[in-house]
Formats: sequence, C-alpha cells, structure tokens
Amino acid sequence: MSDIVAFNSVADEALPQAQTDRVVAGPRGRKPRRALSGRNIMIYGTLIIVALYYLLPLYVMVMTSLKGMPEIRLGNIFAPPLEITFEPWVKAWSSACTGLNCDGLSRGFWNSVRITIPSTIVSIAIASVNGYALANWRFKGAELFFTILIVGAFIPYQVMIYPIVIVLREMGIYGTLTGLIMVHTIFGMPILTLLFRNYFAGLPEELFKAARVDGAGFWTIYFKIMLPMSLPIFVVAMILQVTGIWNDFLFGVVFTRPEYYPMTVQLNNIVNSVQGVKEYNVNMAATILTGAVPLFVYFVSGRLFVRGIAAGAVKG
Amino acid sequence: MAGYTQGSGRPNQWLRNLNAKIASVPMILTAVVIFLGGTIWTVVYSFTNSKLLPRLSFVGFDQYERLWDAPRWLVSVQNLAIYGIFSLIFSLVIGFVLAALMDQKIRFENTFRTIMLYPFALSFIVTGLVWQWLLNPEFGIQSVVRSLGWESFTFDPLYNANIVIYGILIAALWQGTGLVMCLMLAGLRGIDEDIWKAARVDGIPMWKTYIFVVIPMMRGVFITTLVIIASGIVKVYDLVVAQTSGGPGIASEVPAKYVYDYMFQAQNLGQGFAASTMMLITVAIIIVPWAYLEFGGGRKRV
Repeated sequence: MSDIVAFNSVADEALPQAQTDRVVAGPRGRKPRRALSGRNIMIYGTLIIVALYYLLPLYVMVMTSLKGMPEIRLGNIFAPPLEITFEPWVKAWSSACTGLNCDGLSRGFWNSVRITIPSTIVSIAIASVNGYALANWRFKGAELFFTILIVGAFIPYQVMIYPIVIVLREMGIYGTLTGLIMVHTIFGMPILTLLFRNYFAGLPEELFKAARVDGAGFWTIYFKIMLPMSLPIFVVAMILQVTGIWNDFLFGVVFTRPEYYPMTVQLNNIVNSVQGVKEYNVNMAATILTGAVPLFVYFVSGRLFVRGIAAGAVKG
Repeated sequence: MAGYTQGSGRPNQWLRNLNAKIASVPMILTAVVIFLGGTIWTVVYSFTNSKLLPRLSFVGFDQYERLWDAPRWLVSVQNLAIYGIFSLIFSLVIGFVLAALMDQKIRFENTFRTIMLYPFALSFIVTGLVWQWLLNPEFGIQSVVRSLGWESFTFDPLYNANIVIYGILIAALWQGTGLVMCLMLAGLRGIDEDIWKAARVDGIPMWKTYIFVVIPMMRGVFITTLVIIASGIVKVYDLVVAQTSGGPGIASEVPAKYVYDYMFQAQNLGQGFAASTMMLITVAIIIVPWAYLEFGGGRKRV
C-alpha cells in the first residue's frame, strides 16, 4: 500500500518534467541493461576466472593435505581425494621433524602465540601513547623524531639488523622471546604511531580542551577519554600486528634461538629439509596450519582488515 | 634583566609537557638510536674489514669492490632488477584492470574482493611453499598438463636457472596484486562521478576516459602504490627462501638474502654491511624523489 502511494507521488512529480525531457533529450536515466549483455559476460567472466586463479592454490593445498602419499604419486594435484585422510594433519601438528626434533608444528605454533600476543600488546600500547602525545601534546622536536621514524619505516630491515643484534646482546636478551618482542615493537612503531596519531588528531579537539580545563592530565585524558573513544582503531592496529607478526620470518630467524623459532620458520625448516622422503601431504597440511591464523583473522575482520592495510599503505 | 624575564616567563621549558616527553621516550629511542644510529653504524662499518665481529679498521671501498666482483651479488642484483621491473608493471596493470572491473557497479563485489585479497593475509613463507608445490614438475601443473596428453609441455620455472626468477614472480603477484587492486579501487572511488558523466556526454569511449582522464587524475594513488610496491620489492627475502632457497645453484639469489647469509652464516660482516648499504642506497633512490614531490618542493597537494 505504502509502495503504491510512494509510487504515485513520485510519478506525479516526475511526470511533467519527464514529458518535456522526452521531447528534448529522449528517455532519461541509464538504458536498462539485460543481465546477459556482452559487457556483463566479459566483466563477470574475467572476474570469475581471476577469482578461480586466486582460489586455486588454496584448493590444491587442502586437496593435497587430505590425500595419502600413494594417491599423490599417482594422481593429479587438482583432483579431489578418493580417500580422505586426516593423518597428514595429525602428523604435521604433532610429529613432523625439523632436524632431530620430531614434535611437529605445535611447538612453532605455541612459540608464535607466545611471540604474537605480547608483541601485539606492547607495540600497540607504546605506539598509541606515542600517537596521542604527537597529536595532542606536541612538544618541541616531536615532529622531527616522528619524521625520522616514518622515514625509518622505508629503510630495509637488513640495514638495521646487526646493530640491533649488538644492542640486544649488550642488554643480555639476544635470542630470547623478550628480545624478539622488542624487535617487533620497534619495527611496528612507525606505522602504528602514524595510525594512532592520525586517528587522535581527527577526534574533536573540544573534548581534549574541556578535559584540560577540568584539570585532567596526560594519562587521565588518555585512559578516560581517548582510549574509550578509539576502540575501532585499536582493533585495526591489532589486526595489522597479529597478521604481521605471525607472518614474520626474518626477525624470527635472526633474533631467536631454535627452541623459540616461530611457526613460519619451523614450517620452512620442515618443508625444505633435505633429509628423508618428502611427504607432500604433510607439508601442505603444515602450510595450511601456519596460514590458518592470519586467514582466520582476515575472514573474521573483513572490512576492518582492508581498512587496516589501507591506512597502513596509503598514508605510509 | 632579559634573562630574568625569560627565566620567570618560561621557568619549566624542559618540564613542560613532561609526561608527553616521558611517553615519547620509546619513540625517540627507536627513531634516534635504532633507525638513525643503526643505519649510520652499518654504513660506517661497511668501510671496515670486519669478519666474525665488527672491528673499526677501515679499508676504504674494498668491501664494495669485492661486492661488485662477486658473481653471486651480480646475479642477485640482476634478479632483483628483473623481479622488480616485472612485478611493478604487472601488479600496477593487473591491479588497475581488476579495480576498473570491480568499479563497474558489479554484484558480489565483496566476495570478489575477499577472494582477491586473501593471499595478502598469508605470509611469504606460506605463499612460497604453495607455489613450490604447484610448480613442482613431477606432480604440479606440468605433470597435470602432460597427463592430459600434451607430453612435451614444459613448465618448471623453479628448476630452470634461466627462468627461476619468473617462478618467484608468479607467486609474488598472486600474493600482492589484491592489495594493489584495493588501493586502486579506493582511488577510482575517489574520482568525481561528474567526470564520468561529462565523458559520457561528450561521447568519449570508456577506455579512453580511463587512460586520458582517470589515470592522470589518480596520479597520487599511482605514486603511493609505486612506492609501496617498490620498497617491498627491495626487501624480498622470505619468498625466495621458501620457494627456492636461492637455487638452482645461485640462480634465484636476491640482495636481502646475500646480506643475511654473509652476516649470519658466512661470518663475513663487512660484506653484509656493504651489501645492505647498497640496499639502502636503492631505497633512497626510490624514496627521496617521492618524498620531495609529496612533501617538499613547496607544491600544495591537491
């Protein structure tokens, strides 16, 4: 009923104008398209082929990991398994070998957890306070340090690795988890500080001023006003850090001892080890397991992930 | 007298914003000690003959001469150049075309974007290992095509020293084009709808509008994307380690791997420092003109 009313009123308004327009310029609006126009077939066709190309490796990974080795040797990597087996997954998780250690990827997984959680928390805590100081409490020289920080984000890690090794060694934390957490905090700082600075700078200044007038200090304003207002940006930062740190390889290899190797390093050691018979199904199961955490974060966070990398990328 | 007024007017020059300064200590230390100090340290030590441990005995440009005489370094640089040029061209072109397709008010846009971007969430190690498996000549794409009846089909980039770098390129593009597409799409969405209307009124074909109107308008997005891709290219390391470990032989070595191997495995720090300084110079060549265009030069950003 209401639809009809709405339609009528629209029609009443539009009719006279439409009539004159038709005389002058023909029908208004875009030409209605058929769903199967050549243009649409081309667009969707291309996109579907591209999507298949992107999905192919994931598909092959899963299929391979569910097959037994005899089937892999005989068959084709794109074929679904004739007989589904979860043995490769169990083996990858609990008994795949790196060198002499045969306790599977689970060790690397827990190492990565122990690295990722504290690194994410520490780096975000420090960077958010930095960003807050830069946005609301500008002091002399702050911009200079910030510029150095941002320029530093572009310097290849290889240039700074060795000096950091020396610093960590002097502090007695080279090779430990604490050292690696510090490294992640350092290299996460440019992008996170930028993210938080821009976000805090975009908040209404009146809030900050009102709090100042009421006598709130640096930390009070941070914890009572800024923090509760900026949960979305904290989530974005968390997504950025969790995926970034989980996927790190170089720092894990350089700054930890083998017993603390993160999952990516252990995965590479398992798959690319030269000893023994190659078990491709176990390798692929291990690869999926390592990719599972960032993929999970990606699919759950959806748009926020895009926002995170866009914030990181476009403004970086 | 003047001193007195200044003293009383601003008695707490150093104490002003004290909390903010204390809170910024980690940032200041990172910026000055690690980023600035570390970089200078590495550059200085690249002029020494440090072997197992860093030592300050200067040898001038010896390390650089040795570096540019080393076949492995030359292969690394050549690989990086090929990889860099092709991944720049392909990711910009593919990324833009995909973004243009996505911008046609299509349905399921979110689904397509999710699919194209998911590889970006994966690590280079995972990416490298998947493509190592797909490009495995015994079981992968080559064997599948052969089993379909094309017996002489050859596609084994990872085992052919001449084309191994293209095998790495395929994996890198799979991982990274989704991001470029997203950046480009954001750029396209920023183009005023009126531009399209005007072009349509003037009867300009769509592809011409893209090339002559839209792309020049997206100059900023293109440059930013270029800088992001380029600074990623110089750092490429994990992907090569996972996919080929630099093989066959030294055919797929890259500079970042050279640095790591000389610093932490060959115990030849001087070479590592010299090679990393070369990486720094490469990045500077990319970044400095961009930073000048973007932030300096007195030109206002549009």
